[in-house]
Amino acid sequence: MSRSCTIVRTGPQALVQDRGRPGHAHLGVPPSGALDQPALALANRLVGNEESAAGIEALLGGLVLRADCSCTVAVTGPAVPVTVDGHRVDSHTPVHLGAGQVLALGSPQGGIRCYVALSGGVDVPEHLGSRSTDVLSGIGPNPLRANDSLALGAPAGLPSGVDVLAASALPGELVVPLLLGPREDWFDADSLARLNGARWTVSERSNRIGLRLEGEPLRRVPARERLELPSEGVVTGAVQVPANGLPVLFLADHPVTGGYPVVGVVAPNSLPRLGQAGPGAALRFGTAQMV
Amino acid sequence: MRLLRCGQDSLLVELDSLEQVGALHTALVAARLPDLVELVPAARTVLVSARPGSTGLAAARAVIESADLSRPPDRSPRTIRLPIRYDGPDLDLVAETAGLTVDEVVELHSGAEYTVAFCGFAPGFGYLTGLPEPLRQPRLARPRERVPAGSVGVAGEFTGAYPRASPGGWRLIGRTTAILFDPRRTEPALLAPGDLVHFEVAR
Repeated sequence: MSRSCTIVRTGPQALVQDRGRPGHAHLGVPPSGALDQPALALANRLVGNEESAAGIEALLGGLVLRADCSCTVAVTGPAVPVTVDGHRVDSHTPVHLGAGQVLALGSPQGGIRCYVALSGGVDVPEHLGSRSTDVLSGIGPNPLRANDSLALGAPAGLPSGVDVLAASALPGELVVPLLLGPREDWFDADSLARLNGARWTVSERSNRIGLRLEGEPLRRVPARERLELPSEGVVTGAVQVPANGLPVLFLADHPVTGGYPVVGVVAPNSLPRLGQAGPGAALRFGTAQMV
Repeated sequence: MRLLRCGQDSLLVELDSLEQVGALHTALVAARLPDLVELVPAARTVLVSARPGSTGLAAARAVIESADLSRPPDRSPRTIRLPIRYDGPDLDLVAETAGLTVDEVVELHSGAEYTVAFCGFAPGFGYLTGLPEPLRQPRLARPRERVPAGSVGVAGEFTGAYPRASPGGWRLIGRTTAILFDPRRTEPALLAPGDLVHFEVAR
């Protein structure tokens, strides 16, 4: 018997995501994948899935879905009110849904992206080895919409019997280690000094492609002020500085090449937290502790 | 050659020319290093990304330092033929800038053999080198908000075809019916770095 769930409402954005499709940048294909990988992996473990299974990344909550079959679900990421048929249940724990029951997410606190895993995993076709929606290049399934039916795979394992798991919560201010390079020599000494500790604010124009940061612009050395950089490969976590001096911190759906200098690259273990940073979040880079 | 660090797990190799990029990229591909996640050639660089915590970067470094960049890569590339109609909106502009007739532009562009130097901008977008000198022209002063899929353009030392509709600033000279990228195909991208490309006038 085929298993599925139906999307009732999506909130601002709901996407199918898994671990992404790294390894295709030379063809122009971004890595994509869940921005908060540990949260999706935890949700998958809670419902007995492989960590590589696809789930739903729900931006700012508001997701409502109906189970069309008996299944186990788990909601992870930041703390978020969860209900089944209007009755409050816990996040960060396996929850059983009978056919016809409705799971609803409220508004998350301390982060912006919740992850919903369903036993068996979301079973949409893979493109380049992944089921993730890439918002930059349009690879993968379309963003979810009301009335979409999502096929689920066959459940592989048993839900995990953990007792209590804490929701992740961002601190009031993120401090992110930054390794300078490859193009730090494009920036003047004052800007590089300021980069260690200056406060940035995440702009509301941020998305899965990157966090746009607002603050005092970084300045180039005079000799490079009007130079163009031939396009070069960029990595997830790269802090690229366009002509206006305001950094863009690349997340999973970033373009694979860019023509603006990258002043530094954040530590990979800070990427999940950065994926939870919403508009208005405060951010500082620490360049000193990593030499 | 300069090695630039690019985060904990990547290295950006800066080179002097596209030829050197091609030579180094080919050497790294040929080395089949198990721990490399991405190898991204571009105009003057090759980005090498290794599996976090692996010794992939050290292994890549050994290949990079022993690669002979002066020798064109030893390989047997694929040849891809792209059918094209030369009816682009900037064909007259390109002819005028080159001081040629439209027919001469068509002859030059379709007579050359191109190499996919690298991909980027969008999935399946190949930057093709080998563009005859008169056709090496600046981008449009005002990029178009929408360039139709299949449009073939020139910009600087490159020519290329837009895999899907997107904004773009290249001077458009024609259009191909080739499907440059389809994620449902076994090989989604028609063009990969190192491939040879010929444009063939569709009758």
